[in-house]
Amino acid sequence: MHEFLAQLINGISLGSIYALIALGYTMVYGIIGLINFAHGDVYTLGSFFSLAILGLLGATGELHGPALVIDAGLALFGAALLCGIAGVLIERLAYRRLRNAPRLAPLITAIGVSFILENAMQVWKGPSPVPFPAILPNPAVTVAGVAISLQQFVVVGLAIATMLALQLFVHGTRVGRAMRATAQDRDAAQLMGIDINKTIAITFLIGSALAGVAGFVSGVYYQSTWFFNGFGAGLKAFTAAVLGGIGNLAGAMLGGFLIGIVESFATWLLGGQWSNVAVFAILILALVFRPSGLLGETLPEKV
Amino acid sequence: MIYIYFLAAIAVVVVAERVPSVGAKRALYAALGAALLLAPLVDRNDSDYNVLADAGVFVLLALGLNIVVGFAGLLDLGYAAFFAIGAYTYGMLASPQFGIHLPFWVLLFVAAALAALFGIILGAPTLRLHGDYLAIVTLGFGEIVPQIFQNLTAYTGGPNGISALDFPSFFGHSFGQRALPYYYVTLALIALGLALARNLRESRLGRAWMAIREDELAARHMGINTTLVKLSAFALGASFSGLGGVVFAAKLSLVSPDLFQFQVSVLIVSMLVLGGMGNIPGVVVGSLVLTLVNSVVLPQANALASAVGLHVDFSSYHFFIYGAILVGIMLFKPEGLLPSVQRREELRHATAPQDVRA
Amino acid sequence: MPLLELDAVTKTFGTLVAANGVSLRIDSGAIVAMIGPNGAGKSTIFNAITGIYAPTAGRIVFDGKRIDREPTYRIAAAGIARTFQNIRLFSFMSALDNVMVGEHARLRARLWDSLLHTPAQRAEERETRERARELLAFVGLERLSERYARNLPYGSQRHLEIARALASSPKLLLLDEPAAGMNPREKHDLVALIRAIRDRGVTVLLIEHDMGLVMELAERITVLDHGERIAEGTPAEVRRDPHVIEAYLGAPAP
Ligand SMILES: Nc1ncnc2c1ncn2[C@@H]1O[C@H](COP(=O)(O)OP(=O)(O)O)[C@@H](O)[C@H]1O
Ligand SMILES: [Mg+2]
Repeated sequence: MHEFLAQLINGISLGSIYALIALGYTMVYGIIGLINFAHGDVYTLGSFFSLAILGLLGATGELHGPALVIDAGLALFGAALLCGIAGVLIERLAYRRLRNAPRLAPLITAIGVSFILENAMQVWKGPSPVPFPAILPNPAVTVAGVAISLQQFVVVGLAIATMLALQLFVHGTRVGRAMRATAQDRDAAQLMGIDINKTIAITFLIGSALAGVAGFVSGVYYQSTWFFNGFGAGLKAFTAAVLGGIGNLAGAMLGGFLIGIVESFATWLLGGQWSNVAVFAILILALVFRPSGLLGETLPEKV
Repeated sequence: MIYIYFLAAIAVVVVAERVPSVGAKRALYAALGAALLLAPLVDRNDSDYNVLADAGVFVLLALGLNIVVGFAGLLDLGYAAFFAIGAYTYGMLASPQFGIHLPFWVLLFVAAALAALFGIILGAPTLRLHGDYLAIVTLGFGEIVPQIFQNLTAYTGGPNGISALDFPSFFGHSFGQRALPYYYVTLALIALGLALARNLRESRLGRAWMAIREDELAARHMGINTTLVKLSAFALGASFSGLGGVVFAAKLSLVSPDLFQFQVSVLIVSMLVLGGMGNIPGVVVGSLVLTLVNSVVLPQANALASAVGLHVDFSSYHFFIYGAILVGIMLFKPEGLLPSVQRREELRHATAPQDVRA
Repeated sequence: MPLLELDAVTKTFGTLVAANGVSLRIDSGAIVAMIGPNGAGKSTIFNAITGIYAPTAGRIVFDGKRIDREPTYRIAAAGIARTFQNIRLFSFMSALDNVMVGEHARLRARLWDSLLHTPAQRAEERETRERARELLAFVGLERLSERYARNLPYGSQRHLEIARALASSPKLLLLDEPAAGMNPREKHDLVALIRAIRDRGVTVLLIEHDMGLVMELAERITVLDHGERIAEGTPAEVRRDPHVIEAYLGAPAP
C-alpha cells in the first residue's frame, strides 16, 4: 500500500511534467493541425537554458531564502522566455511556409527541426547526461507513511499553477479568444479580423514557454538532463495530448497525469526496461482506438 | 578511390534520367552495371567494398521504404524495426546462440518472409489512420521492437546482442572476413529490388498504392480494397528491409538493439526525401549521397581536422545533416533533388495560369 | 425490378438528421435527378449509396442485392461509380493513370502478376491503357492524357472524373453537381455527354442545381428538403408540386 501511494505520487510528479509539455502539443495541433515533433526538444532546451542561467548566477548547489527565490525564479522565467522565443522562431522559419502544404510535409519538417535541435544541444553539452544542480533543500514530508519530497511539491505545484494561468489566459483574454477562434475555423477567424499569423505565433510562444517551464521543473526534479530527453518525453506528452482529445487543454493535463502514472506503475510492476514498451503500447492503442481522445466522438469525413 | 564509385553511380543515374533517348539510357545503366561488376578486377582494396556493401544495404532499405512512403504515401517512421527483424533472424538462426546454423541463402528468404509478416502485423492497426497519426503509430512500433529485442535477454543476448554470427558461404567457399562477397550480394539484391520496384510501379497494385496516396476515399470508390492494398505495401516494403537486415548482420557478424534506433528510420526517410519520394532513381541517388556523406565524407573530415590540430568530431553532426536535409528539402524543393521527368514537367506547368473557378 | 432501391434511408450525425426516411427507385437505363436546397441531404444519400456513410436506418438494394452494410470498394466493384461534389482526382497522377485506376475493379492481375509482369499481366496492361485512352477521348481529353490531374483546367477535371468513373464499366453512375462552375456552353456539352453515357447502357443519377439542365435531361426527379423527400415524379409533375414551389420560394435556383 505504501509502495502504491509512493508510486502514485511519483507518477503525478512525472505526469505534471508531461502535462506541461502536452499542452504545447495540443495547442499547436489544435491551431494548425501539426504534430510539432520538435516540441519535446524545446522542452530539453528549457532544461539546458535553466542550467545555463543557474550557471551564470553561480548556483551550483542547494539554495536558501531570497537566493532560492531569485535564482530559481530567474532560471524558470528565463527558460520559459527563451523557449518561447525559440518556438516562435521555429514556427516562423520552418513551419509557416508549409501551412497549406500536404499534411506530411510539415511533419517531416518538424522531425528535421527536432534533429537539428538535438544535434545543437549535443554539441553544446556533450553526448552524455549532464548534472543539474540540486537547488532545492530536501526535507521530505511524511504523509500517511509516505515520504513526499519538496521537489515533488514544487513540481506539481508549479505545473498546476501554470496550467491554471493558461486556462485563465485562454478563456479570459482577447488573445485567448482569438486562439480558440482560429483553432475552430481559421478562415472564419480571418474574416472576423483576427491576425492569423500573430495568433499562431502567440500559440507557439505560449506552448514553447510551457515546455520551458517543464524543462526547468524536470531539471530540478531529476537533477540531470540530457540532449536526447525530449524525444521520449515528447512522445509521451503527445500520447497524453491524444488521450485527452487533441486540442483540448484540460484533456491534455489529464492525459499527462495519466501517462505519468502509467509509466511510474509500469516501472514498478514490470521493471524499468518495460516502462517504455508500456507507454508506447498506450500511444498505439490510443491513436488506433481512440484517436479523438478518451471522451471525444468521431464523425465521418464530410464528402 | 571510394569517391569514384559513389560519384560515378550518382552521375550515371542523374544523366540517364535526363537523356531523352531510351537507348542511351539503357546503355548508360548497362555500362554502370558492368563497371560495378568488374570493378574488383582493378580495385583490390577490400575496405572499399566494405563501404559499398553498407551503401548497398541502405539502397535496398530505401527502395523498400519507398514502396511504403513514396508509392503508397504511408509515412512509416519505424521502418528500422523490420531491418532489426531481418538482422535478428540471421543472428538467432545462424550463430552459437541456439546452436542453429541455417545457411545464409535460406535465411534471406526466411527473413524476407518474416519481415513481411511483421509488416502486416504492425501495419494492420494503422489501417484506419491517416497521415500523421499513422506516422506516430509506426514510430511507436519502431521504438517497441528493438526494446523487446533488448529485453528478451535469454533469446537475444539483451543489450549486448548476439555476436560471432556465422560466415555465409557460397558453394562451400566461406565469405570469411572479406567484404567483397557482400558487395556482390548487395549488387544482386539491388538489381532484384530495382526490378521488382519498377514492376510494381507499373502495375495494377502500384497504381492502387498511388491512388491511396493521393486520395484514399476516392481510391475506395474505384473498387480498391484499401486494407489489402495497404497491407501489401507494408509487407513488400518490410521484406526489402528483412533482406537488408540479414546481409547487414552477417557482414557485421553481430546484432544488437542499438543498431536499429529511430535515427536509422529517419536516416532512410531522409534518403527518400533527399532524392524525391516515389521516384526510384531519385531514391537510389538519395541513399548514395547520404551514405557517402555518412561513411566517407564525415570520417575523412575528422581525419583532416585532427591532422591540422582541430578537435572537431564531425561524426557527431549526423543528426544535424539529416535534420537539415528534411527541413531544407521540404521548404525549398519538396519534390527532391531528382524527381521524375514527368513530375518536374508538371510542377513547371503548375505555375502557369490556371482556371480557378470552384 | 429497379436497379437501385432505397427504402426509408435515414442518416444522422449526432443530433443532426441529414436524411430522414428517404425512399427512391431507379429503373435500369434511366436518367434521374435529385434536387433540393443546399444542405438538403442529397450528397448524404450518395454517400450512403456508396457506403461512405453507414445508414442509421433503412435498406439499400442494388441489382437485387442489399448493399447498405457493404464496404465502399465492394459496392464500387458491384457496379456503382460516382463523381464528387468537390472534385477528388488523384492530383499527382496523369489523367491517363487516373482512368487506369478507375479500371481497377475490372482487372485480374494478382500480386504475383504485378511483381513479375507475367505475360498475362502485360496483355492486360496494354488493354487497360487502350481502354483508358478511349474513355479520355470519349470525354474529350485525349490530348491531355499525360498531364497531372491537378494541372488540368477546372472543366477538364470534371470530365476526367466522369471518365474515371466510367472506367469500371458501372451499371449506375452517380454525378454530384457535375455542372457546378460551368458556363452555358460547357453545360450544353455536358447534357450531350450524359445522354451519350446513358446510351452506353449506364443508368445515371445526378444531383444538380441548374433547373434548366435538370428539366432537359431528367426523366424523373426526386426533391429533398431538410433530409426528407418532399416530391417525386416527372419534371412536369415536380414543377407543379406545391411543396417544391414552397421549398424553392425563399431560395430560387441559381
Ligand atoms: N460527415 C458529416 N458530418 C457531419 N455533418 C454532416 C456530414 N455530412 C453531411 N453533414 C450534414 O448533413 C447535412 C446534409 O448535407 P449534404 O448531404 O451534404 O447536403 P446537400 O444536399 O447540399 O448535398 C448538412 O447539414 C451537412 O452539414
Ligand atoms: Mg451536396
